[in-house]
Amino acid sequence: MARKRARVGRAGTSGDAGKDVAIQTHRLTKAYGELVAVDNLNLTVRAGEVFGLLGPNGAGKTTTILMLLGLSEPTSGRAEVVGFDPTREPLEVKRRVGYLPDDVGFYGGLSGRQNLRYTAALNGIGRTAADERIGELLEQVGLAKSADRPVEEYSRGMRQRLGLADALVKDPSIVILDEPTASIDPAGVTDVLGIIEGLARDHGVTVLLSSHLLHQVHQICDRVAIFNRGRILAQGKMADLAESLAGDQLELEVGLDGPADQVEAALRSVTGVVKVSRDPHDAHLWRVTGPQSIRNHIASDLAARGMGVRQLRRVGDELDEIYLRYFERDEGGRGNAA
Amino acid sequence: MATLPDAVAVDRPLPGRPPRWGWRVVAAKEFGDGILSVRLFILILVLGLPAILAIHSTAAFVGNNAQSLTGVPGLFVAMFAHQDPNSQVPSFVEMVALLGPLLGIAFGFDAINGERSDRTLPRLIAQPIHRDAVIIGKFVSGLALMGLVLGSVTLLASGIAFVSLGVTVGPDEVARLAAWFVVAVAYLGFWLAFAMLCSVVVRRAATSALAAIALWIVLTLFAALLVGIVANFLSPVPATATTDQQIANAELSAQLQRVSPGTLYAEASQYLLDPTVQSVDIATLVAQESNSRAFPTSVLGLDQSLLLAWPQVVALIALSVGCFGLAYVSFMRQEVRA
Repeated sequence: MARKRARVGRAGTSGDAGKDVAIQTHRLTKAYGELVAVDNLNLTVRAGEVFGLLGPNGAGKTTTILMLLGLSEPTSGRAEVVGFDPTREPLEVKRRVGYLPDDVGFYGGLSGRQNLRYTAALNGIGRTAADERIGELLEQVGLAKSADRPVEEYSRGMRQRLGLADALVKDPSIVILDEPTASIDPAGVTDVLGIIEGLARDHGVTVLLSSHLLHQVHQICDRVAIFNRGRILAQGKMADLAESLAGDQLELEVGLDGPADQVEAALRSVTGVVKVSRDPHDAHLWRVTGPQSIRNHIASDLAARGMGVRQLRRVGDELDEIYLRYFERDEGGRGNAA
Repeated sequence: MATLPDAVAVDRPLPGRPPRWGWRVVAAKEFGDGILSVRLFILILVLGLPAILAIHSTAAFVGNNAQSLTGVPGLFVAMFAHQDPNSQVPSFVEMVALLGPLLGIAFGFDAINGERSDRTLPRLIAQPIHRDAVIIGKFVSGLALMGLVLGSVTLLASGIAFVSLGVTVGPDEVARLAAWFVVAVAYLGFWLAFAMLCSVVVRRAATSALAAIALWIVLTLFAALLVGIVANFLSPVPATATTDQQIANAELSAQLQRVSPGTLYAEASQYLLDPTVQSVDIATLVAQESNSRAFPTSVLGLDQSLLLAWPQVVALIALSVGCFGLAYVSFMRQEVRA
């Protein structure tokens, strides 16, 4: 329901810092000397949505997050988180935002529960209220049984779940999760993603998460921003991004048996096809480019020639390909500029 | 799905008010960790055994010379300041001067880089406390833990001194010991601050400990040697030197030695623990020696001793505060992810 509302909210014009905007940045920039880690970033995250900041390592995701929390000062530009400027009022922001750092660490000698108690104390939550909340959270992340064991005995996945509980101790309006699924096993990933999704759906918490693993997090993200070298390459719903990339050109992967020259000739003869190339790794795979209409023509035209299509797949459909093509485009843009 | 218009609030009620003095929460947690640590236990042994050996040695000397020492003013506190002249065992005060730095180093060398290598620092400063709360809290808890170790060792030594003296101890002497204790904690505070500075600047805890230990050894073993060389260069003592030249040289080296917190501590301790000490200045002592009749031994009150020790006490506190200031500033200027 929360997510429903977030989508409705998107109808408003971008830039109005309305009531349902949780995070907004305006030309946010961070430079370390020559290196520009975040470059004129404009980002809007609406209340109640799950927003994915996707990009490879070193894209500037963590730097952005640190600026949103007031832990790092922007070189220029500004940010607004829950209506507060993190640079000027970091404490107000940090009261309201739960943060799960990349590769989260805990005090190994203390138990999970004791670690969370410390966080609660730092947030000024009274002992009884804190213990009650911590108990619930540990239950929610499935650590109730291990809560009183020292954290140094925890597995990676358990630490990550404890990190989620830790980010939630302050009952935040927003949680910012930096690489929540990195370096944990697949079962752990499913657990963690389930918890995050539940936060947005059942508790109305706004979630901003960063990840370099697109295929892991895309199902739970309402919207994503694809991020590379400090700049946003694309922003929007996953499906829209795939659509806009493809444009009117369609690239298909076709599996066909037979002598290479005959197959190539047959593919070229299909109505509308503009480009045919052979897969460098698999001799029976071909790549065919043309307008959207080729999808309909290809099977029938080949069948007319007595050739059976073994496999037909739209290339742009694979998430990681969408992702890679954005980066290729980015590289290309840079190359031309230089 | 029914629409829930107000399910998503950008801001929501906060469960607690952030602690007004965040450093207290940090200090309480650090103190709690420290009090149960193996580290504390080892330090009590490392400082306690030699210190008790020292006081025991002095007490034995006092016992053997009970008759000649009867009526010596402030004998109880003097037992802390003086060693048995026939033995190699240093006095209690000297033992603290030698081993005290180890306490400061042990409680400070991994204060900040430990949080970094445990990856708890980002999580910690993402809580609604000011960043300096971390370093202030750790410094205060370190001082408290060192005070605890030194206090318990001093009380134990006092017990031994009581028993061997078999006389009542006046409030003046207790006050002197208390004043000395404050000075000693300031001395240990310098080493704590220096070790914390290392922990901020140096990434690895082991390297940081090594850096702090290096300064400790240089100041303990080589300071006198270096000071002598510098003093001889600036104020040479030729073979035909007059007494004035020799005194000038000795005074210069005494001044140079006061750069070391150990010297300041030792001089302040002499004033505070021996009511007959009126000067540690070379020229005065030489004059005193040559006309002992002109300077009859008089017994000073604590206020007068404090007045004499004041420059050393102030300089010692200034050194400690200055060193902590350096650690503070470099910590505040560091990037979270540095």
